[in-house]
Amino acid sequence: MAEGKVSLPVVRGAGETSRTDLWWLEPLVVFVVFASFVVYATWAAFQGNHYYLDKQGQNYLSPFYSPEIIGNSPHAWIRGKPDWWPGWLVFSPALLILGGPVGFRMTCYYYRGAYYKAFWADPPNCAVGEPRGSYLGENTWPLLIQNIHRYFLYIALIFIAFLAWDAIQAFIFTNAAGNKRFGIGVGSFVLTLNVILLGGYTLGCHSLRHLVGGGCDELGKSPTQKSVYDCVSCLNEYHMVWAWCSLFWVGFSDIYVRLCSMGIWTDFHFVF
Amino acid sequence: MAETATTQMVTLRIWRGDANGGSFVDYQTPVSHGMVVLDAVHQVQATQAMDLAVRWNCKAGKCGSCSAEINGNPRLMCMTQIAHLPTDQPITIEPIQAFPSIKDLVTDVSWNYEVKKRIKPFQPREPDAADGTWRMEQADVDRVQEFRKCIECFLCQDVCHVLRDHHKHAEFIGPRFLVHVAALEMHPLDTADRLEDLKDRDGVGYCNITKCCTKVCPEHITITDNAIIPLKERVVDEYYDPLMMLWRMIFPKRQPLPMVKP
Repeated sequence: MAEGKVSLPVVRGAGETSRTDLWWLEPLVVFVVFASFVVYATWAAFQGNHYYLDKQGQNYLSPFYSPEIIGNSPHAWIRGKPDWWPGWLVFSPALLILGGPVGFRMTCYYYRGAYYKAFWADPPNCAVGEPRGSYLGENTWPLLIQNIHRYFLYIALIFIAFLAWDAIQAFIFTNAAGNKRFGIGVGSFVLTLNVILLGGYTLGCHSLRHLVGGGCDELGKSPTQKSVYDCVSCLNEYHMVWAWCSLFWVGFSDIYVRLCSMGIWTDFHFVF
Repeated sequence: MAETATTQMVTLRIWRGDANGGSFVDYQTPVSHGMVVLDAVHQVQATQAMDLAVRWNCKAGKCGSCSAEINGNPRLMCMTQIAHLPTDQPITIEPIQAFPSIKDLVTDVSWNYEVKKRIKPFQPREPDAADGTWRMEQADVDRVQEFRKCIECFLCQDVCHVLRDHHKHAEFIGPRFLVHVAALEMHPLDTADRLEDLKDRDGVGYCNITKCCTKVCPEHITITDNAIIPLKERVVDEYYDPLMMLWRMIFPKRQPLPMVKP
């Protein structure tokens, strides 16, 4: 049966493919999940309230607002609102720091491949036709900027230290007399799992893998460096899983603290 | 219970034509359990279309000759079981799309061999021992060994949209040869510097990390994560990272040792 003349190599139109599987499902899911996160995170970052919980002695801080450099919660390094902040822009402590983790994710090798497909259809999926004929890739500006990734990694590593401190603080409760007591709440687990997932994602970064040993051809001569490289490689193997789990959980952590702070959810906890 | 051989009719929709154009032709052929797509194509060739051109050799997934697109997915025909494909609809078989057609399922992949000639060859340091031998750590050899599994089926080249859709053959060497460069560049004995070529001539920056090459590799080489991204990072070290540049100014890189005379 003839189905029309074609010439090879084929230049396919947008979405044109011989694939018979649900090739559009993966980029669609990436688009929906990632876009939902961006919308929620933007909204939450501009709120500037309900980002910490201390109602019943808890010591929880939303990861979207950590570290709180300038703000009004007990976690703030400097209390108040900066004088230099433009009057037309609503102040939120999150706006001072979110550029770090956002930049880290946006330049992440895994996310780049995922959002080029899901948001830019470049390509829509493997062996599926593209909507544009021209292509620059990351070979020239503007996408040459993606090479900045390792600098966002340095920032992300610092953030992991702050989030780990927040997770420890989440196990310290303050009683009515003002004394600090060890306690365990649902929020303690939420914030601990958050730093574990973000740590797994950050420490499995491709740039980190390169910096700890990937750039060295004779790694075997340095057993310690080789062990570190192997650990990062082990995490890197599941970088996509870490990326999505940590993205989901950091969003959920903010939701948990926010809803508890608003009184919609109650944080169950035991203080010893 | 004794196993009985069952056959069923399937429709193979095979692209027939050459560089001037062509069309899909449907062939109905019986298939039995265990048959691969290449078996069915050979059956069609033997009984219905004796002029059907198909390149093959080992039928064991090791020669890389029978690359094609089966239901739109770049695959080796000899490693694709018909039982794993939906048979209630025609099975589409096309030649790989990134290279010019010769006839039917056979394409001209000679561009790849020309690209390979351009890449700086292995340039070992001087021997470590007086008897002309070298000493390497097993771990360092293991890292590049993965890249040597490549059978040059060119499925990764086919699925890469930089070659397939954008036809950047003049500016981009494709995943297959980035793997080849990685095998050389990361080798513990090699002294040649290919970073300038990678950046300027080989176009490593064109890769936008879709990982399609990794997905189609029949040898399961982790092309993107273990070869291309490490090469991108080495290029960043050399050309885009100001701290690394400063580091090299303070601690100049060792000059490569002279090439071993044959």
